[in-house]
Amino acid sequence: MEKILDIENLNVEFKSDRGIVKAVNNVSFQLNKGETIGLVGETGAGKTTTALSIMNLVPGPHGKIKSGEIKFEGEDLLKKNEKEMRKIRGGKISMIFQDPMTSLNPVVTVGDQIAEVIKLHSEKKSRSEIKTKAKQMLELVGIPSSRYDDYPHQFSGGMKQRVVIAIALACNPELLIADEPTTALDVTIQAQVLELMAKLKKELKTSMILITHDLGVVAGECDHVAIMYAGEIVEYGNLKDIYKETKHPYTIGLFRSIPNIDKKDDRLVPIPGLMPDPANLPEGCYFAPRCSMKMPECEKNHPQPVEITPGHYCRCLKVQKEAEKNE
Amino acid sequence: MDEKNMQINQEIEDISMYKKQSQFIQAWHRIRKNKVAILGMLILIVLILGAVFADQLAPYGYDDQDVMRRFTFPCREFPFGTDNLGRCIYSRILYGARVSLLIGFVATGMGAVGGTILGALAGYYGNKADNAIMRFCDIIQAIPSLLLAIAVAAALGSGLFNMMLAISIAAIPRYARTVRASILTVKDQEFIEAAHAIGASDARIIMKHIFPNCLAPIIVQVTLGVAGSIINAASLSFIGLGVQAPMAEWGSMLSAGRQYIRDYWFVVMIPGLAIMTTILSLNLFGDGLRDALDPKLK
Amino acid sequence: MLKYTLKRLLMMIPVLLGVSFVVFLLMYISPGDPAKMILGEMAEKGEIEALRETLGLNAGFWERYFNYMKDILLYGDLGISYVTREPVISEVMERFPVTLRLASSGVLVSLCIGVPCGIIAATKQYSVFDHVATLLSLLGNAMPAFWMGILLILIFSVHLGWLPSSGYTSIEYMILPALTLGTSSAAVIMRMTRSSMLEVIHQDYIRTARSKGQKESIVIYFHALKNALIPVITAVGLQFGMLLGGSILTETIFSIPGIGKLMVDSIKTRNYPIVQGGVLILAVVFSFINLGVDLLYAFVDPRIKSQYKGAKKSSEVKEEDAENGEEGED
Repeated sequence: MEKILDIENLNVEFKSDRGIVKAVNNVSFQLNKGETIGLVGETGAGKTTTALSIMNLVPGPHGKIKSGEIKFEGEDLLKKNEKEMRKIRGGKISMIFQDPMTSLNPVVTVGDQIAEVIKLHSEKKSRSEIKTKAKQMLELVGIPSSRYDDYPHQFSGGMKQRVVIAIALACNPELLIADEPTTALDVTIQAQVLELMAKLKKELKTSMILITHDLGVVAGECDHVAIMYAGEIVEYGNLKDIYKETKHPYTIGLFRSIPNIDKKDDRLVPIPGLMPDPANLPEGCYFAPRCSMKMPECEKNHPQPVEITPGHYCRCLKVQKEAEKNE
Repeated sequence: MDEKNMQINQEIEDISMYKKQSQFIQAWHRIRKNKVAILGMLILIVLILGAVFADQLAPYGYDDQDVMRRFTFPCREFPFGTDNLGRCIYSRILYGARVSLLIGFVATGMGAVGGTILGALAGYYGNKADNAIMRFCDIIQAIPSLLLAIAVAAALGSGLFNMMLAISIAAIPRYARTVRASILTVKDQEFIEAAHAIGASDARIIMKHIFPNCLAPIIVQVTLGVAGSIINAASLSFIGLGVQAPMAEWGSMLSAGRQYIRDYWFVVMIPGLAIMTTILSLNLFGDGLRDALDPKLK
Repeated sequence: MLKYTLKRLLMMIPVLLGVSFVVFLLMYISPGDPAKMILGEMAEKGEIEALRETLGLNAGFWERYFNYMKDILLYGDLGISYVTREPVISEVMERFPVTLRLASSGVLVSLCIGVPCGIIAATKQYSVFDHVATLLSLLGNAMPAFWMGILLILIFSVHLGWLPSSGYTSIEYMILPALTLGTSSAAVIMRMTRSSMLEVIHQDYIRTARSKGQKESIVIYFHALKNALIPVITAVGLQFGMLLGGSILTETIFSIPGIGKLMVDSIKTRNYPIVQGGVLILAVVFSFINLGVDLLYAFVDPRIKSQYKGAKKSSEVKEEDAENGEEGED
């Protein structure tokens, strides 16, 4: 399988009044061509920041990519200059943002907003060719092309998100990053949008990073899953690894806190406490303060990712210990 | 179990301690950090003290003429020099501060009180009262404020009180709209309904529940409004509609000194600088106040 | 759009009526006997009485108001100047173009200085330029127009001798007055532009534009600016009103023969009809300018435009969305 994206030891920091906020800590993962990886975690886990780093859109001047490598099709994106990145953005890598209500420019027609990205990445096309392609994209996402000249406020939330998808896919990117694309939408619309994305992904053979906090969505769409906590990936594997052979206490906690139609529980079990303050991360394992399985060394030693079964990684000293015992 | 209860109790106490700091105390802390605003406030205090203690601080009366010593350049005896009638400009500035600040605060105060009452009535009673009062504000605001002040002052005649009245009328609509907007945001909330249900009178509801909400925007408007009133007052005096000679007022000092600008620049520059300093300090302080009372607006 | 325009025009009518009422009221309470003013102190009692009858001065308040309005609406008659005995309306309208030109150039100056400075201050927030510009705008705000004018005269006319300080014969003469008027307005516009741009720059759709690979200059000057300028337009309208008022002082300082100077001179001679007539005309102009600004606003912001284009478009939207199984937006 060809690797399209290879992130190694990415570190992103923000400067704030409270000190240095460590948003992304030594994040590494890979993505094979044509596959989808789900990036799962609570709000504040660092998922969006990771995604923005790939596009080098981390909001400066207070945000900075401190170190790491982001290899896309073999080349390190972090070493590219702004001009080169602009060619990549929208053309080879594009992103769908979380809130469709605010992602579109209110004073530009939706057609023109799609046409803009087409124009940026095709040098030769004439004006009418660009417009035709934009209209095609509208139809592709299920919006009649007669609405080319309408403004964003004339659309509902679900349709706005479709326009955003049209913009993202207009230039047939190799990699699509979808940051919680359905979180702001109703459940029924959610299903429609996900279906649309799956269909387009299949047709255009796009690789995808799907960021979400919804484990249900992940199960339906992803090949691999990375669970993020406090800026780190704490568990990584394919669907079977994560859903059937869950290892990390945080992941286990996540599954326990959502309702399961097969189980007959009286109560959901939430994970007690809150995510640590990224300006003040604890020594040792970041999850230790909330962990029900913690051992004394967890608060002193910071766990590294360990391969438990081929392709299934976990950052947990206890899990590591048990895996070693079984060998 | 007990330990956990104690922990929870402590947390609750901590939270309520934090909440006890009223809106204004929090704002005071915020504004203390804003050095520029503090500078403005200090300058303002100096000016106010100068105005209040003008009698003690001024070496001469504001109308002590000495034609033999006219147009003296600034020197030890006359820190700001003398004007065309030999009057000490420094003294006249001090007395002028009195007039300007008095007009500024009183006119703004009158406008604010009038506007607040109208805005409160409009916001609280709604419908017809609201419509009528808003139309009234539209009419006043259709005339640029300086023009309105001029028209009113021209009709009423010159003099200190008439000038204050003229300026305050132009200021009323702004306060009315601000207060009305604040009231509308609060009015429909449920705690007002609750207050009604337990039999609180309209007046009590307005005073106790609605009013505190509006205070912050009013305070900000007032600080910035005083600046505008002072400029309007100076403008009115400049064209001859304000205080009459020989009373010292910065605007009329400017107007009188215009013709001597070529040779005796200080007769004109000093009153102008006085006005500018006052307005600047009011603006700095007012901006700081606004940032402190509503950090979101930054 | 037409409907909206007509609606607004209709709404203007009661306001203008109110303004005329206020103006009339002020005239009514002005001290002095108009007839005596016109004929002079030395006139005979009989003559004065006769004139009072002719002018309808002995009628009651409401009758006089009615006559006043009748005169304005039917004949465009705003009364007679006490000094020149000429109709107020002709005196005022003669000078109107001058004032209009002055106020317009003031607006032009404030836009040309204020908007670019605001944009740069916003895009380079916290830089040296930002701090300097903010400081200058605070100073500009604090300077009353008449002092600015005097200061400019002092520097450019008296000391440098570059520009004339009074008169109205060629463009040269307009430079200092326009600068005087425009400066304090520029300060306000600059701060408005800056804060509006700052708000817009942090919006999600700017991030979307960047993620398309768009050049930064286009992101700022097209995507951001187009949105940021919308509230600035409203501010400009208000500023125009302030400038109309401020032109009074500027014309006085620079001896420019506009309505403002006429009014100031008339105040000194207690020529009230001119003063009140001038106020009325300027208020009417101000109202129309505000209307123009509102229409421009609706034209520029498609969200407002749809609101006033009527129900047609949104019901079409509802139909389509119903077909697609979604809820439409209002």
